Amino acid sequence: MAKKVKENNEVSAVRRSKHGGVLTVFFSLLTVFYLYPIFLVLINSFKKKGFITKNAFALPDERSFTGLSNFIRGIEKTNFFQAFGYSVLITVGSVAVIILCTSMCAWYITRVHNKVNATIYMLCLFSMIVPFQMVMFTLSKLANMMHLSNPVGIILVYLGFGAGLAVFMFCGFVKSIPIEIEEAAMIDGCTPIQTFFQVVFPIMKPTAITVAILQAMWIWNDYLLPYLVLDIKKYKTIPIVIQYLKGGYGAVDWGTMMAMLVLAIVPIVVFYVACQKYIIEGVVAGAVKG
Amino acid sequence: MEKAIKKYFPVFALPTLVAFTIGFIVPFIMGIYLSFCEFTTVTDAKFVGLKNYLRVFSDPTFMHALWFTALFTIVSVLTINVFAFVIAMLLTKGIKGTNFFRTVFFMPNLIGGIVLGYIWQILLNGILGHFGRTLTYSSSYGFWGLIILMNWQQVGYMMIIYIAGIQNIPGELIEAAKMDGASDWQLLKSVTIPMVMPSITICTFLTLTNSFKLFDQNLALTAGEPSNNSQMLALNIFETFYGRTGWEGVGQAKAVIFFIIVAVIALAQNRLTRTKEVQQ
Repeated sequence: MAKKVKENNEVSAVRRSKHGGVLTVFFSLLTVFYLYPIFLVLINSFKKKGFITKNAFALPDERSFTGLSNFIRGIEKTNFFQAFGYSVLITVGSVAVIILCTSMCAWYITRVHNKVNATIYMLCLFSMIVPFQMVMFTLSKLANMMHLSNPVGIILVYLGFGAGLAVFMFCGFVKSIPIEIEEAAMIDGCTPIQTFFQVVFPIMKPTAITVAILQAMWIWNDYLLPYLVLDIKKYKTIPIVIQYLKGGYGAVDWGTMMAMLVLAIVPIVVFYVACQKYIIEGVVAGAVKG
Repeated sequence: MEKAIKKYFPVFALPTLVAFTIGFIVPFIMGIYLSFCEFTTVTDAKFVGLKNYLRVFSDPTFMHALWFTALFTIVSVLTINVFAFVIAMLLTKGIKGTNFFRTVFFMPNLIGGIVLGYIWQILLNGILGHFGRTLTYSSSYGFWGLIILMNWQQVGYMMIIYIAGIQNIPGELIEAAKMDGASDWQLLKSVTIPMVMPSITICTFLTLTNSFKLFDQNLALTAGEPSNNSQMLALNIFETFYGRTGWEGVGQAKAVIFFIIVAVIALAQNRLTRTKEVQQ
């Protein structure tokens, strides 16, 4: 696949139109337009709050510049680093549990043919088209009753609500694995558990990366599910903290808001720049299978 | 082999199944049942038949939100897909900096809806401020603000999928069409678009469901202001549940209707575009 894409790239490079230069200029301008909103948030995070709403587009000058005070005030007000920690814990924990449990489940229901497993598969497909609003009230009440309103309990909720897509994608992949490989391992004396972890799971790795990326993008940015399920007096994630800054009806402190937006964006951008190859490939693979 | 694996049900399938039951099956069935009940928590439900559904259709905010959401979905699906396709076409011509542009255009996808909403609120209010207005001045400002925001966020994602589709078209096919004297327009209409139909199916599906189910961006950008006029369906349902006491049953009935609409759209769209795909 990758090789084919590369060849095609070369072919099209040969076909490079004479307007190539014009296009590069056009896309450079578009890039500036794309990055400008983030740049705007960055400059405003260093301005006194009165100056932000007065003229958002002005660069900080000696009158409006306030150094890091927006950041300090915002971190104190929102306990930002704690929220960051909970976001990391919930995202990493949920993704790890989803990958492990759903890949095992998908292998089992694909390899063992019976009515129960066929039903599980159909239910997983079905759950993919159900919007969260449909279950939001009952799910949050159920989670409260079962004492799942904490960063560990919510992992179970994410496994349940995210299982549909993950099981579906893993099943699609398991169907393409030749069963002879597994049979050979079992004849050599592997138990099903050994067969799965030593033979099947390593082959599944590309799909596991795709599922991990799609789920991580969803869980990290999710606002409503943690807002309803978690006991938010104690536990807040980054999106909840940002929304919390807006408060009720009243004046929003745009200084702290801008500073916290910067802190929310920076880790994602760093992560993206570090793994963008996997992220983009994962999205393409996920779209083709989905 | 099947027999040997079968005994391992508790190890392999049970954990996911338990979570799936708690996280999806039970809440879903309870949700359907509660839409026919009056309740404030899940334990005090009293069956009232279709009363909630009748109240939904006599609630003007719901009908307004439905209309607003439908219009928003149509405009955003069209604009996102057209922009994404055009950019994908231009970025497969092998110009300098292609990879860099692709990376930048995709980036907004990783930023969550709440954060995006506030980024665009400061930017759009900054522009509108010059005219003495704000985003919440009228619902059409909120509407177009959301359209711009969603385009900024999603064009990159769809572009990536279109680029993969375009790059999978065999080079010989395009060469052959060119030898036969096909113009650029004919090439696009008769070769490129039919060949990327699977990508079009996926992208319209994703944009359609994303737009219809939009919540975070709506909440952060305008929160439905002015007076619920820029409120979309998902936010309307949320407000019905948590903003008005005694309306929980109506909220659940709205959620069921919402689910049915989403399911019908998803299935209809899938059927419609799948029939247009060609075998490679």
